[in-house]
Amino acid sequence: MAEVSRLQPQFPTLERQREADHFGMLIFLATEVLIFGGLFAALFVLRAEHSTEYTKASKEMHYWLGGINTAVLLTSSALVALMVEAVKAGSARLAKYLLFGALALGLTFLAIKFMEYGLEYRDGVVPQLSAAKLRGGPHALFMDLYFAATGLHALHVLGGLTLLASLIWPFGTARRDTSAVFAGNAALYWHLVDVIWVFLYPTLYLAR
Amino acid sequence: MSLHFWPTQASLHAEHVDWLIGSFGILVALLAAPVFILSAVYLVRYRHGRKADRSQREAGNVWLETAWAAIPFLLVMGFYVWSTKMFLDQQSPPDDALTIDVIAKQWMWKFQHAGGQREINELHVPVGRPIRLTMTSQDVIHSLYLPALRIKQDVLPGRYTQEWFAATDTGTFPLRCAEFCGTDHSVMGGRLVVQTPADFAGWQAQAGADRSLAQLGHTLFDRLGCAGCHGGNAQGQDAQVRAPPLAGLYGKPVPLADGSIVRAGDQYIHDSIMLPNKQVAAGYEPLMPPFGSVLDEEQVAQLEAYIRSLGAGGDR
Amino acid sequence: MSEATSHVNPRMSQEPIPDTAVERVSYLAEGHSLRSWLLTTDHKRIAILFLISITFFFFCGGIAAALIRLDLLTPAPDLLSNDGYNRAFSLHGIIMVWFFLIPSIPTTFGNFLLPMMIGAKDLAFPRLNLASWYIFALGGLATLATVVLGGVDTGWTFYTPFSSTYSNGAVFMAVTAVFISGFSSILTGINFIVTVHKLRCPGMTWGRLPLFVWAHYATAVIFVLATPVLTIALLLVALERVFGIGIFDPRLGGDPLLFQHLFWFYSHPAVYIMVLPAMGVVSELITNAAHKQIFGYWFVAGSAIAIAVIGFMVWGHHMFVSGQSPYASAIFSFLSILVAVPSAIKVYNWTATLHKGDIVIDGPLLYALGFIGLFTIGGLTGLMLAMLSIDVHVTDTYFVVAHFHFIMVGGSVSAFFGALHFWWPKVTGRLYNDLWARLAALLIFAGFVMTFTPQFLLGYEGMPRRYHVYPEAFQPLNVMSSVGASILALGYLLPFTYLLWSLRYGKPAGPNPWGATGLEWTTPSPPPKHNFETVPIVDKQAYCYPVGGRGEQSEPRTQNAKQDDG
Ligand code: HEA
Ligand code: HEA
Ligand code: HEC
Ligand code: CUA
Ligand SMILES: [Cu+2]
Repeated sequence: MAEVSRLQPQFPTLERQREADHFGMLIFLATEVLIFGGLFAALFVLRAEHSTEYTKASKEMHYWLGGINTAVLLTSSALVALMVEAVKAGSARLAKYLLFGALALGLTFLAIKFMEYGLEYRDGVVPQLSAAKLRGGPHALFMDLYFAATGLHALHVLGGLTLLASLIWPFGTARRDTSAVFAGNAALYWHLVDVIWVFLYPTLYLAR
Repeated sequence: MSLHFWPTQASLHAEHVDWLIGSFGILVALLAAPVFILSAVYLVRYRHGRKADRSQREAGNVWLETAWAAIPFLLVMGFYVWSTKMFLDQQSPPDDALTIDVIAKQWMWKFQHAGGQREINELHVPVGRPIRLTMTSQDVIHSLYLPALRIKQDVLPGRYTQEWFAATDTGTFPLRCAEFCGTDHSVMGGRLVVQTPADFAGWQAQAGADRSLAQLGHTLFDRLGCAGCHGGNAQGQDAQVRAPPLAGLYGKPVPLADGSIVRAGDQYIHDSIMLPNKQVAAGYEPLMPPFGSVLDEEQVAQLEAYIRSLGAGGDR
Repeated sequence: MSEATSHVNPRMSQEPIPDTAVERVSYLAEGHSLRSWLLTTDHKRIAILFLISITFFFFCGGIAAALIRLDLLTPAPDLLSNDGYNRAFSLHGIIMVWFFLIPSIPTTFGNFLLPMMIGAKDLAFPRLNLASWYIFALGGLATLATVVLGGVDTGWTFYTPFSSTYSNGAVFMAVTAVFISGFSSILTGINFIVTVHKLRCPGMTWGRLPLFVWAHYATAVIFVLATPVLTIALLLVALERVFGIGIFDPRLGGDPLLFQHLFWFYSHPAVYIMVLPAMGVVSELITNAAHKQIFGYWFVAGSAIAIAVIGFMVWGHHMFVSGQSPYASAIFSFLSILVAVPSAIKVYNWTATLHKGDIVIDGPLLYALGFIGLFTIGGLTGLMLAMLSIDVHVTDTYFVVAHFHFIMVGGSVSAFFGALHFWWPKVTGRLYNDLWARLAALLIFAGFVMTFTPQFLLGYEGMPRRYHVYPEAFQPLNVMSSVGASILALGYLLPFTYLLWSLRYGKPAGPNPWGATGLEWTTPSPPPKHNFETVPIVDKQAYCYPVGGRGEQSEPRTQNAKQDDG
C-alpha cells in the first residue's frame, strides 16, 4: 500500500520516478550555474582588462577568512554526502546527527561571511559607503561584483540550509525511500552551493 | 503633405545602400515566391473533393531538402560579401576628413567645429568634403541618424564613437536621435545643412567664433589649474606634484603602471581627465584628481583639442 | 471515433446542449470549486489557468497598442504626453513579450498536449507545474503594480545606463516582474525536458514524436539555458538602480554595452522561444489539413534543434551600430544568415507537405497559412536586417518594428489562434462554428497586413521607432497603419465571442473531429483526469494518415486504442 502511494500516477515505475527527479534536479542546478556564470564572466573581463587593479583589490580581501569558510563549506558538504549514505543504509539516527552537523557548519559559514562584510565596512572598501576613493574605477567595480556574487551566494546558502532543514521532518517518519530521493536531491543542491564557492574563492580572494 | 515612398539620397553611400536593398529585395521576393505560389496552387489543385492524382506521395527527399536549404543560403552569401565589404569600408574615414565633435545630451545635439564654431541641433558642413563626426554622450546612449545619408551610429557616454560621410548634394536634411533616451527622445532632432564650400566659409565667418577649439581649451586648461601640475606651457616639472608633460603626447604610445601600453588617442586623453585612476601613466603617482564631475563633454573636447594642438608624438 | 471526420459545421441550436456522459467524467468535472482549480496539479487544468491569464495580459498589451496607434494618428503630441507615450510602448512591449507571447503556446497548449501526445498521464512534476503558474501570476501582479506605480519608460529592452540611472519610471518594479516571471519559464522548461525524456509511453521513440513535441523540447532547452542570463542581467540592473553599484554606468566605471550583450544573449534566443512552439503547431495543422505525412520528418524536427542551438550565437546582430567591434558585427551577420537556413527548411517543407494532399480549407488551416505567409515575410526582412549595410540605415526604425510584428503577431499569434481552434474541441469537448472561424482568420490577416506593411516603408524612409512626434510627411502611412490596427482588434475580438458561445451551445465534439492521428485524439473530449485509461502502446510513426486520402479511416497509432473509445 505504502509502496503504491509513493509512486506518483504519471510514472510507470518508482525507478523511473527517481530518475526523473534526479534529472530534473540536475537541469535546475545547470540553470543555477548559468546565473553565476554571468557574474564570473564579468569578473574575468574585469581581470583581463585591469589586471593590476584587480590584483590590488583582491589583496584587500580577508583571504584567511575566506579560506576558513571554504574548509567549513567543504566539510559540511562531506557530512551531507555521508548523510545520504546513512539514509540509504536506513540509519535515520546517524543521518540526523550528520544533518545537524552540516546545518551547524552552514550557519557558521554565514556567520563568518557577515563578520567579513563587517570588516570590509570597517576597512572602508564598500564602494557606496566609503569616500570618493572607491567611486568609479576598477577597484570599485571589483568590490561591487564581489558583493553581488557573495551576496547571491549567501542567499543560495540560506536556500540550501532551508532545504536541508526540511529533511529533519521526513526522518521522523518511516518513509525511508522517498526521503532518500529527497535527501539525495537536497544534497546535490548543497554540493552545488559548495562548488560555486570553490570557484568564487580563488576568483575573488586568491587573485593576488 | 505629400506621400512619398523613397527617402532622399544625398551621398554616394546612400545610393549604394539603395542599390543593395533594391537588389536584395528582388532576391528575397524570389525566395518567397515558391512558398506563396506553390501553396496557392496546391490549395486549389488538391482541395478535398477535387479529383487529382494523389498517388506516390513522397514522405521526404533528402536531396531536394538539402538543395532548398543550401541554394538560398549560397545566394544570400553573395549579398553578405557585398554588404559586409561596404560596411567595413564605411568604418574608416579618409585621412583628409574634416573632424567635428558631437556631444549628445538629453535632449539636444551639440556640435563643435575645429574653428571654434559651436551650434545646437544644426550641423553645417561643406558639400563633397568627407566629414568625420567624433561623438560622445553626456548622459545616456543616443544615436545620430542621418536618413538621407543612410548612416547611423550610437553615441555612448564615456566613450567615443565615430561616423563619416561625404554629402554629394547641397540642401537641408533631417537629423534624428534613433536610440531611445527618455522623455523627449522623439523631438531630439535637428537639421543637417550641406552647403557649397563658399557658403560654408561664409557661414563659418558669420557664426563668428573668435577663438578656435584649441584656444578655448587653452583657457580652460589655465582656469582649471591643470597647469599647476602639468606646467604653465604644459611642459611640466615646475610644481610640487610630478606630472607627465603633455606636449607631444597625442598619438604617442604611453606605458602604464600595470605594464601595458596604450596609444594616447582621444579616448585615452578623455579618460585621463575624467577617470584618471583608470589608467595611470608609468612612473607617476596616481595623484591627479578626477574631473568627471566638474567638466562636461564639451569642455573635455576643448581640452583635447588643446592637447592635440601641442603636437603629435607618433603617427596620428 | 465514428461520425468524427466531418468538418461540417454544427447548426447552432437555440437551447444549451446538456452535458454528455463523457463530459461528466472529464478533467473539467473533477470538482467545480475554486479550490479545486487553484490547487490542481492536473496539467490540463493548469493549462486552462495559464490560458485565462495570458488572455488577460494579451488584452492589457492590446490596450496599450491601441493607445500607441491612436496617438500616432497625428504627428503632433496630442493624445499622450511624451512620457505617457514612452510608458505606453514600454508596457506594451514588456507585457506582450514576457506575459503573453513567451508563455503563450508552451504554457497552454504545450502544457495541455505534451503529456497527451507522448502517452503520459501528466508532466513529470505536476506540483512544480502549478508553482510555475503561481510564479507567473506573481510576476503578472508585479507588472500590474508597475502600472499603478506610474509605469515604466525604458522600452522592453531596459538599456543601461538609462534604465539603471536616468529613468524616472518604476524600473525596479518592472525589472522585478520580469525577473520573477523568468523562474516560471525555467520551471516549465525543466518540466518539459524531463517529461519528454522520461515519460514517453512504450513504443513512442524519438523518431515517432509529433513535431509539436520536438518544437517544445527545443523551446524548453532555450528556456533553461537563456533565462538565467536574463535573470542575472536584470538583477544587476536592479542592484545598480537601488544601491548605485557601477556595473553598467560609465560614470561609475561600468560598461553600458555589457548590459546589451547580456540582454540580447537572452533575448535573441527568446525570440525563438516565441516562434518555435508556433512552428510546432503549424506542423500539426498542416499535416492534418492535408491529411498526409509531413514532408521530411527529420529535417523539420532537426531544424527545430538547429534553430535552438544556432540561435545562441547571433545576439550581436542587435548591436551593429552600438559601438561593438565591426569585425564582431561581420561574424554576427554571417551567423544570422546561417540561422535562417533551418527556418527555410521548415517553410519549404510545409509547402511540400501540401503537395498531393487532400486539403480541407477550414479555420485552423487558414490560421496556419497566415503564419507561413507572414512569417516568411517577417523572416526574410529579418535577413535584410542581418545585412550590415542595410541595418545601419534601418535599425531602430519602424522597419524593425514591422519585422518583428510580422513574425510575432502575424506569425506566432496567428499560430496561437490556429492552435486554439484546432484543439478547442479537445480542450472543451465542443465544436464551434467554422464559418466564423474562417471569417475571423481572414479579418485578422487583412487587418494585420494593413497595419504593419506601411511600417516597412516608414522605416526605410527614416521614421525612428519609439517616436510619437514625427514629421508630417509620415502621416498618411501612419493613419493607414492605425486603421489597420482597428480592423485587427476587431478580428481578435471575434473568436472570443464565438468560442465562448460554443461552450454553451456548441455541439459535442466527439473524440476526434478532425480525423487526426495524434495520441491526444484517442481520448474522449474533454479527456479524463489522467488522460489514458490504459497506457497506450505506439507502433506507428506520427502522421500515419491513410494513403488513399480522406475516404479511408485513419489507422490508430496504438495497439490498444479500442479501449479508449469508452
Ligand atoms: C519571434 C520573434 C522573432 C524571430 C523568429 C526573428 C527571426 C529573425 N530575426 Fe528578428 N527580431 C525580433 C523578433 C524575431 N526575429 C525582435 C522582437 C526584434 C527587435 C528587438 C528590439 O530591438 O526591440 C528583432 C530584431 C532583429 C534584428 C536587429 C534589428 C535592429 O535592431 O537593427 C535582426 C538583425 O539581424 C534580426 C534578424 C532576424 C533573422 C535573420 C531571423 C531569422 O530567424 C528569420 C528566419 C526566417 C526566414 C529567413 C524566412 C523563411 C525562409 C525562406 C522563405 C527561405 C529563404 C531562406 C534563406 C535565404 C535561408 N531581427
Ligand atoms: C510580442 C508580442 C506583440 C504583440 C502581440 C504586439 C501587438 C501589436 N503591436 Fe506591438 N510591440 C511589441 C510586441 C508586440 N506587439 C514589442 C516587443 C514592441 C517594442 C516595444 C519597445 O519599443 O520597447 C512593440 C512596439 C509596437 C509599436 C512601436 C512603438 C514605437 O516604437 O513607438 C507599435 C506601433 O504601431 C506597435 C503596435 C502593435 C499593434 C497595433 C499590435 C496589435 O497586434 C495588437 C492588437 C490587439 C488588440 C488591439 C487587443 C484586442 C482588442 C481590444 C483590447 C479591444 C480594444 C481595442 C481597440 C478599441 C482598438 N507595437
Ligand atoms: C594635482 C595635480 C594635477 C592636476 C591639477 C592635473 N593633473 Fe593631469 N596628471 C597628474 C599626474 C600625477 C598624472 C600622471 C598619473 C596619471 O596618469 O594619472 C597626470 C596625467 C595626466 C594625463 C595623462 C598623461 C600621460 O602621459 O599619460 C593627461 C592627459 C592629463 N593629466 C591632463 C590633465 C588636464 C587636462 C588637467 C586639468 C583639467 C590636469 N591633468 C590636471 C596630475 C595632475
Ligand atoms: Cu537621444 Cu534618443
Ligand atoms: Cu535577434
